[in-house]
Amino acid sequence: MPGTTAIEAVGLRKSYGDLRVLDGIDLRVPRGTVFSLLGPNGAGKTTTVRVLATLTPPDGGRARVAGHDVVAERARVRRAISLTGQYAAVDDLQTGAENLRMMGRLSGLSRRDARRRATALLERFDLAHAADRPAGTYSGGMRRRLDLAAGLVGEPEVVFLDEPTTGLDPRSRQELWRVVRDLAEGGAAVFLTTQYLEEADRLADRVAVMDGGRVVAEGTAESLKSRVAGHRLDVVATDAAAYERLAAKAGTLTRAHAAPTADPGPRRSPESLTLGVPTDGGAPSVRALLDALDPDGTDVARFAVRTATLDDVFLALTGATTAKEPARA
Amino acid sequence: MPDATLTLVGRGVRLSRRNPDALVTAMVLPVMLMLVFVYFFGGAIDTGTGTSYVTYVVPGVLLLCAGFGASTTAVRVSEDMRAGIVDRFRSLDVGATPILAGHVGASLVRNLLSTGLVVGVAFLIGFRPEAGAAGWAAALGLLFTFVLAVSWLSAAAGLLARTPEAASGFTFFMMFLPYPSSAFVPIGTMPGWLHGFAEHQPVTPVIESLRGLLLDRPVGDAPWVALAWCAGLLALALALSGALFRARTR
Repeated sequence: MPGTTAIEAVGLRKSYGDLRVLDGIDLRVPRGTVFSLLGPNGAGKTTTVRVLATLTPPDGGRARVAGHDVVAERARVRRAISLTGQYAAVDDLQTGAENLRMMGRLSGLSRRDARRRATALLERFDLAHAADRPAGTYSGGMRRRLDLAAGLVGEPEVVFLDEPTTGLDPRSRQELWRVVRDLAEGGAAVFLTTQYLEEADRLADRVAVMDGGRVVAEGTAESLKSRVAGHRLDVVATDAAAYERLAAKAGTLTRAHAAPTADPGPRRSPESLTLGVPTDGGAPSVRALLDALDPDGTDVARFAVRTATLDDVFLALTGATTAKEPARA
Repeated sequence: MPDATLTLVGRGVRLSRRNPDALVTAMVLPVMLMLVFVYFFGGAIDTGTGTSYVTYVVPGVLLLCAGFGASTTAVRVSEDMRAGIVDRFRSLDVGATPILAGHVGASLVRNLLSTGLVVGVAFLIGFRPEAGAAGWAAALGLLFTFVLAVSWLSAAAGLLARTPEAASGFTFFMMFLPYPSSAFVPIGTMPGWLHGFAEHQPVTPVIESLRGLLLDRPVGDAPWVALAWCAGLLALALALSGALFRARTR
């Protein structure tokens, strides 16, 4: 297994009936890195993972995972990967230890090695105290950790995590992030999908933004952020009529004062009377922008200058907003 | 990959053992039915076979119990398909056969227990078969061939059903299939239009063989007809479950 590429996909396509779910996906993920596929619901993230994990055959294109073709060498790919999906794939009626021992046996370990591996993983994922309790009695975070541990029994080279932190509380999410970083440091390639920008920002070496079955942007979180203006001026209008006047002006004015990179246009939140306008963040341009938006000095109640987030990138690229906070389980 | 199959049979048995509701139903229901037939209806039923009704009805109850026990495989398989665990197994390169065989194996183990229980209670309430060791071995062998075939067929039904609730419909079907047969009353006492179905449905030759073998009476070609049914159903179930599994995991 020479080379440093863990995942390589060229032109992956997949349709379900008339619905085109993947429309030519190209990806490359080196070993020892975390790659995040970011996108709204229905963008095709899960289908991409299922194709790369050999569970769904693509209609077109090619993909190699851990050096093997996902269609022609399915069995070899399967021996080198693990997949942890959105729904915990553990048996509620089996204990944590039994679940892991079963996975070990199914990965081809001897009875003794499976037991040893289960004990080590329970220790590593802070589940040793609950090893002999049925998984059905675990909390959401514990279940997710057990699920992840179950995926690591076979010591995979490539780890797929499909929305691993959806529904987790902030503390469990932090713990899971730590595990993901450990995995990458240990040399595995981690491929994770998420709806949360913060997660991609904090965790991933590279981020691909997916929308409507296509990768609309790819790069480091930093490079993606630099594709939109570095800063944003948020102005809060004094009332609804003032908001309308500001919004109308913003539409025509942003081009003159905004940073020259990419123009996501003004960001409108009429319900809070807030308008976000791209800017380079310097005092002269902010002052000029305020004057241009509100020449009489009556429409703007407050303003703030913010650093652009991946959310701005996302909005600019897909026209959709992302989930800011994970839903509580 | 016999190792994977064995591991998954172990899983299936553990899951069954820890599902007390289903386990109690699988064990208690057949015994209750036997008591109902023997004590409530038995007094009014003259089978014209010269044996006590309990001896007549036990093979029928054994078969009802086997069909019902085996058909719960559908619910187990359907639950698996709904959870993410099948994807996890597949990503470990464990295919349809070991996954389904795990459930079928657990079904055989469950049925061994429930059959033992029914036979035990039957003896307590006066079941007196005349079979020797060979008769018993042949009867149990046939019964478990039937359980094997129905379990695989249930696995296919479980793959076909979209929800475990729908899958339990198959259980219902298997619960009622023994009624229009000679399981509880002789076919001759049923209305004429039912004879054709009752005489030629797969349950009847199995019942006739079990009864004949346990009572040490001539069975004619019934065991061969029964085996042919089982083999045919098993072949159908294997082909069907393989195709359905592939279709479900596209």
